Amino acid sequence: MSDRIFGVFGVLLAIGYAMSALAIEESFLSDAVGPKAFPLIIAAILGISSAVIAIKPDPEPHWPDFGRFVEIAAAVVVMVLYAEFLPIIGFVFATAIAATYLAWRLGSTIIGSVATGVGTSVGIYVIFHLVLGLSLARGPLGF
Amino acid sequence: MDILSALGDGFAIALTFENLLLALLGCFLGTVMGALPGLGPSNGVAILIPLAFTLGLGATPSLILLTSVYYGAMYGGRISSILLNIPGDEPAMMTCLDGHPMAKKGMAGEALSLSGIASFVGAFFATWGLILLAPQLVKVALLFGPAEYFALFALAFMTLGGVSSTNQAKSAFAAALGLGLAMIGVDTQTGVPRFTFGEVHLYDGLDFLVAIVGLFALSEVLIFLEERHGKASAEGRQLKVGRLTPPLSMIKQCTPTMLRTSVLGFIAGVLPGAGASLGSFISYSMEKRLVDKEGTFGTGDPRGVAAPETGNNAAAGGALVPMLALGVPGSGTTAVLLAVLLSLNITPGPLLFTQNPDVVWGLIAALFIANFMLLAMNIPMVGLFTRLLMVPPRILMPVVAMVSFVGIYGISGSSFDLLVMIGFGVMGWVLRKLDVPLVPIILGTLLGNSMEANLRRAITIDNGDWWTLVDSPLSLGLWAIAIIGFVMPIIFGRVVKNKMRQRKDEEGAISD
Repeated sequence: MSDRIFGVFGVLLAIGYAMSALAIEESFLSDAVGPKAFPLIIAAILGISSAVIAIKPDPEPHWPDFGRFVEIAAAVVVMVLYAEFLPIIGFVFATAIAATYLAWRLGSTIIGSVATGVGTSVGIYVIFHLVLGLSLARGPLGF
Repeated sequence: MDILSALGDGFAIALTFENLLLALLGCFLGTVMGALPGLGPSNGVAILIPLAFTLGLGATPSLILLTSVYYGAMYGGRISSILLNIPGDEPAMMTCLDGHPMAKKGMAGEALSLSGIASFVGAFFATWGLILLAPQLVKVALLFGPAEYFALFALAFMTLGGVSSTNQAKSAFAAALGLGLAMIGVDTQTGVPRFTFGEVHLYDGLDFLVAIVGLFALSEVLIFLEERHGKASAEGRQLKVGRLTPPLSMIKQCTPTMLRTSVLGFIAGVLPGAGASLGSFISYSMEKRLVDKEGTFGTGDPRGVAAPETGNNAAAGGALVPMLALGVPGSGTTAVLLAVLLSLNITPGPLLFTQNPDVVWGLIAALFIANFMLLAMNIPMVGLFTRLLMVPPRILMPVVAMVSFVGIYGISGSSFDLLVMIGFGVMGWVLRKLDVPLVPIILGTLLGNSMEANLRRAITIDNGDWWTLVDSPLSLGLWAIAIIGFVMPIIFGRVVKNKMRQRKDEEGAISD
């Protein structure tokens, strides 16, 4: 079933891709092929292969149960928040919080995950910023 | 003699203090990444790319660092295979078969040191193979026009799926997806924006480094979260390592095996789409057929340890040949290395050997040096790495995620790229669940633009005639190989892959 849904999704993706390829505005100065042809070829391959996947599905993959799905979704939300807040609260705090969360969800104890989070954050800060000179996001406190 | 003097120049470049230090660092980090289950060579190289940029390294030093990581990971994978029966990365899968039984018999030290020597032999001969074969391939490649290049790219995509997936439709899907993503941005020939949806950030295209780190490293973190491998993989299962030198008789017994599998592994590596996993697999199978008269393979036969280790290291060297000579990588990790070259404004391919001989020969010399360093590191100091295996994923994985974020942020300094990377991470997770190979996606995003450029150049030269694509015997030959390479696995691939699958751990390491 997963493969069938995946295949149908792929076909839709191919159609959407082809439509936005056709919508590309051609420049008045174009080469013989133009900017549309290759994307249209790609859309065709995408569509055909998706159709084959939908028609001849593989055995069902092993999907995690609902709880694990929530787990992954939550981790993704944390990472998105991390990306959004990184420039605002600065590298050290944002990283410490995100790494603590991940360590906790991977099964560390509370104290262990805080230690992992702070250690990761400070460790990266020292190695990448202080030693190697990479510019990291600066928060209101300067780090 | 040309080759030897070029190699001499290469050593002059590689033997600077900085480059030696980088090679040492790369070897160490590579071995660690190879040894830790869940971090394979492609992951390892991908998350270190930002480091190379941060250090402000030039082309040759960055390549030295990253190929040392690549070779190192090939060495490191065996450590956890032997001690824990968990392959550190996919190419080391076959090493479990005899390596772990040897360790259980109390011969862990012998197995580790023998496989270290085997790795050395494989990598050493493969590097010589690279020196001898790459210039020949360059001569062929110089005959290529745009139409032939287009056919060559098509060949790379069509053969790549053969080994990395059981389902050719899925590898075709992956390749098309990657190519499609490469089209995003302003068309370089006419200047019109494509698939940008008015988002300014997309005008200069998706950064393929963002895609690589997202697809490989972040999706790995998500897999770990899903399965919650929180425990240290080594806890309570530590075996005694014992003596660290194999008896001479054992080396003698394994020498023919090592020589044969060096050749075999190298060939497997040069072929597009095969890579190190296939190298170790066919090496093991061939040796089992050739020398396993008493049925000792699988019960801790030293030759069964030497064969796959030699094979995978030889294949790792072989995979560099098409990447350097043609600009078309044959495996996941070499695709990542290609990304590095492209980011450094160096276009691999035949011209690389004439325009940047310092890069090529410096790299080759560095491979020799790295190989000796790895041998030294992996035999007397193997105890250090076995201790590193004790780091549990619940500490390792957050570090991996954060280093990925830091690296990407360090390159671009924009939150937008981080969001794109998370998107790729989620996509990678879903696609891995659905058994869609990730390597064609990477290759597509890497090569898409030059593939299109060659297509358009070929047709423009011929005044809009599409038949020019199959006009020369060379391109016809390439298309023929491509089609055979695509169709063959549909017929035979299932058999080979199923055999490999039987040994596949739930670890879900990314195919090299």
